[in-house]
Amino acid sequence: MIAELGHYALMLALGLAIIQSLMPIIGARSDDPVLMSMATPSAFGQFAFVALAFSALAACYVRSDFSVFNVYQNSNSAMPLIYRLASVWGNHEGSMMLWVFILALFGALVAGFGGNLPAKLKANALAVQAWIAAAFDLFILTTSNPFQRIADAPLEGRDLNPILQDPGLAFHPPLLYLGYVGFSIAFSFAIAALLEGRIDAAWARFVRPWILTAWMCLTLGIAGGSYWAYYELGWGGFWFWDPVENASLMPWIAGTALLHSAVVMEKRAALKIWTILLAILTFSLSLIGTFLVRSGVLTSVHTFANDPRRGVFILAILCLFIGGALALYAWRAPLLRAGGLFAPISREGALVLNNVFLISACATVFVGTLYPLALEALTGERISVGPPFFDLTFGPLFVPLLLAMPFGPLLAWKRGDLLGSAQRLLAAGLLAAVIAAASFALQRGGPVLAPFAIGLSIFVMAGAIIDIAERTLFLRLPLGAALRRAAGLPHSAWGAAFAHFGIGVTLLGIVSVTAWGSERIAEVKRGEVVEIARYRLTFDGVFSRTGANYRDLVGHFTVRRPSGDLIGVMEPSRRTFPARNMATTEAALMTRWLSQIYLSMGDPNPDGSVPIRLYFKPQVLMIWLGALMMFVGGGLSLSDRRLRVGAPRPARSTAFVQKAPGNSG
Amino acid sequence: MTRKRRRLLLISAGLSVLGVAVALMLNAFRESIVFFISPSDVAEKHITAGTRIRLGGLVKAGSVVRSGNLTIRFDVTDGNSRIPVAFQGVLPDLFREGQGVVAEGALDGMGVFKADMILAKHDESYMPKEIADALKRSGHWKNDYTQRATTPPGETGK
Repeated sequence: MIAELGHYALMLALGLAIIQSLMPIIGARSDDPVLMSMATPSAFGQFAFVALAFSALAACYVRSDFSVFNVYQNSNSAMPLIYRLASVWGNHEGSMMLWVFILALFGALVAGFGGNLPAKLKANALAVQAWIAAAFDLFILTTSNPFQRIADAPLEGRDLNPILQDPGLAFHPPLLYLGYVGFSIAFSFAIAALLEGRIDAAWARFVRPWILTAWMCLTLGIAGGSYWAYYELGWGGFWFWDPVENASLMPWIAGTALLHSAVVMEKRAALKIWTILLAILTFSLSLIGTFLVRSGVLTSVHTFANDPRRGVFILAILCLFIGGALALYAWRAPLLRAGGLFAPISREGALVLNNVFLISACATVFVGTLYPLALEALTGERISVGPPFFDLTFGPLFVPLLLAMPFGPLLAWKRGDLLGSAQRLLAAGLLAAVIAAASFALQRGGPVLAPFAIGLSIFVMAGAIIDIAERTLFLRLPLGAALRRAAGLPHSAWGAAFAHFGIGVTLLGIVSVTAWGSERIAEVKRGEVVEIARYRLTFDGVFSRTGANYRDLVGHFTVRRPSGDLIGVMEPSRRTFPARNMATTEAALMTRWLSQIYLSMGDPNPDGSVPIRLYFKPQVLMIWLGALMMFVGGGLSLSDRRLRVGAPRPARSTAFVQKAPGNSG
Repeated sequence: MTRKRRRLLLISAGLSVLGVAVALMLNAFRESIVFFISPSDVAEKHITAGTRIRLGGLVKAGSVVRSGNLTIRFDVTDGNSRIPVAFQGVLPDLFREGQGVVAEGALDGMGVFKADMILAKHDESYMPKEIADALKRSGHWKNDYTQRATTPPGETGK
């Protein structure tokens, strides 16, 4: 009964979405305040129904109702509650439900928080949001119904794919989707602005918090996914340039560019047309990401099932939205008036440079990800484009971007002083050079480029600190006065510095691990000692252990210093899941400050020895720590008073128009 | 500087960076592309020793020989021909005889494929598409292999 209720609620949501996608636009065209005001309540209604449908699916999972095919396929009554809940989105149908749930949530939030928006903009934007919702509701109902029943209900489910049975599943997909789908708001507002043929700084001020929120979630989602892959897949890589990873990286890069160009638009009313294009591109890349992952053109842990109809349907959605949006852009963008002037050397100029490099880097990822697919479709030839390709393209494009990054915040708006900022960054440059030289002198056997990259990351971090020091006149004013200035600094300035610092931290982690990490692959017998970095691991034997729905074959290793002092115990295991007759490798991690010892174990040999992979990952945690800093930086910017106060009303006349329809609901 | 000249400057800066990106990509394509090849293709396409490729197919049942020091030898087959593969290291979790596998590496002078990376499928309902295609083409595709897992019992035909 619950499943049918959910199915029905989803149909009602589709009905509401269709109404919401038409009425407000007709209202905006014909200046009918009543039709326009339908957008808000229908957005709330849509959210209520989608939430009901989503909860119904979750309830089926929690109650282990195996008469629902989707639950039977992906759950098992022995699984802990958290995994039963998380497995709602650990499959194709459920993850699409999560997609529309988040989409509806964002729609309702815009409806709720958009009280002071110009009525037409709000009506149009919510209508566009409803187009997307309608398309995806229809997709679920016609090709991916999660509520389908089985005639003879089995007693036990087939269990969730063991690789997904991890706390990561509870956080990674929702965060990623919050990011992907969050960019739909920028998209909807861009289309709304094009439909209306006008755009101003208030547009940017309203849209920016949503871009920031989406970007923050995506940052954390990608970082979380990377850490998950790192410890779950058993070979200690943090990024594989896998097409599925690239699918999430592309909207992130485009979103980062959008975030920066929206600043220019908000502050200086420039780059309007470009920002609109970026908003369209960013969400298009999110859609392409969804297509790549969900259509079955790629196969990976993320591809749950292959059904050609789904691929075709998503491809149709993709073409309709991306093609339609770009066509509308080509037609209407010339109507938008170009904004403020600025000299090439200025904050605006720096942000343009940032955009140019980010978009070029994004383009290389795009080509590297889609070229193999296109080639196979056209010639049947199958190739793989792996890390070497991205190292040779993405890397060189990011270096100038990172070099220029500390200059940006130090340049003034409109017309900047490059020499002045260079002088201020002198300390950062010197520090970077000294540390690069020191690491060059100290390093044994690492790549030649590593010290340079270390220097770059130090430059980026020091640059972020100098930015704050310059703003607070630190060392030039007495300490107390500087601290007072620091407290009074806008949150967005702190946010930018934090996020930029985080980039440096992540880079430092990446360089350190790739250049100076060590790896040992060995077969060890009981009592044998393996050494890595400054640690000695003794293999003490294996024992077995039973979990909720699995059996573990655990290897017991003691970690000691060369002096013989005991540090701790590491217990990697081979985990067998009887429901699917499948085994996974559970690596053991030991954190030493920011570094980690990483140990994974293969199946024991008949003679009792076990194959192991042992890694020492210096400063590996900095990779994700940096991402966390970017997230915090985004949060600081989001808490800026300017954004909380809300969008300013551009002119009296609009404020007047806005009163008329009234904001019911 | 006039508005027009500024815009021109911006656009040319953008285009030149994009040009650099394209140049980098073309260069990288020349150097770092790995072709996916089935055992039958190895003979047909005259793959020379030392060319880096991805070899995909099934691990031939009964062919896996483990010797000390984590060295392993097995045959990869697509039903028509087979290629001996040598690998040193820890195999992925789902490496099994009779199951799909992708090995990356190069042929040595003796016709043995020296792999430095082995990829296996992620779970029983997933097989690398490359392998599935290779098997389909050689007529050794086991239909029930994925059908069982992905087609709902209630749903017929697709």
